[in-house]
Amino acid sequence: MSLVVINGQQVDNAEKMTLKDYLVREGYVLSRIAVEYNGEIIPREAYGEKQLQDGDCLEIISFVGGG
Amino acid sequence: MRIKINGKEKITELRDLYSIKAGYFPGNPENLVVILNGFQTPDNLQINDGDEIVLIEKGEMPEQTEFEAMLSARHTPGVYERVKKARVAVAGLGGLGSNIAVALARTGVGHLHLVDFDVVEPSNLNRQQYRIKHLGMYKTEAMQLELAEINPFISVSIDTVRVTEKNAVALFAADEIVCEAFDHPEAKALLINSLLTRCPAPKIVGGSGMAGFESSNTIQTQRVMKNFYLCGDRQTQAQVGRGLMAPRVGVCAGHQANMVLRLLLGQEDA
Repeated sequence: MSLVVINGQQVDNAEKMTLKDYLVREGYVLSRIAVEYNGEIIPREAYGEKQLQDGDCLEIISFVGGG
Repeated sequence: MRIKINGKEKITELRDLYSIKAGYFPGNPENLVVILNGFQTPDNLQINDGDEIVLIEKGEMPEQTEFEAMLSARHTPGVYERVKKARVAVAGLGGLGSNIAVALARTGVGHLHLVDFDVVEPSNLNRQQYRIKHLGMYKTEAMQLELAEINPFISVSIDTVRVTEKNAVALFAADEIVCEAFDHPEAKALLINSLLTRCPAPKIVGGSGMAGFESSNTIQTQRVMKNFYLCGDRQTQAQVGRGLMAPRVGVCAGHQANMVLRLLLGQEDA
């Protein structure tokens, strides 16, 4: 049972992945997102080093074009 | 009793607005706009110690000293003094940024820092706060001129550059609040990622999802991260067959400008 919470939803099978693997699996375009990981913004180049663990809380924001 | 009339302290024994009108502007009272503590009224309201009254003769250009009091007369009392000390950056001066800048200038935000690399071209006029006479000018310079016509009592600084990973932190180093108002999603992400990893992080108010003519009611302000507020419906991107138009872009810009105002007044909830 995973306790990783992403955008307010409990997500199964996310622990033991890296953040980058999760983002790619879910189809996020890495150049168009910002990720807050346990309250801290994560630089894009660090996505591959972040190992998701039980208790993690992530906020992933995707941007769409227009302004 | 001590009151303020058109920004100047006065000591008076007069007790109501009609006496004030007659006492200070003996001409035709029909020609006077009367504003008591931010509220325009035709009534003979009682006045109290500490009240701020602004009397404006329609069609007359006021003296410079009274003009600033008149410009801010419809604000809620106490707001103008606080926003006047503030400094806010607007990153991108397109549909969102030009509307945000105009709203903040009208509100009297004391210093606006405008950043954009592009020039005004005809397809901008469908939603951006420029005019025919601005075509071909840098948006930074055009907006600076426009804001001087709207509120000459604020200062405006401009940087006519493209924001990159290299220059973002230095460019906005002095800004505690930054409006993200770019067009491209990559540029939005770059600004957010660059500035929120800075220490201390600024507050950022961004926009995402305001194309087309879906309901206005889907556009919201959300506090999506500790230092990041996001306005828009977060879905309707500009794409082939769905353009950006003045009403909905204006709704989103209004959300952003209002969130900035709330932050300046100490309200951190979206």
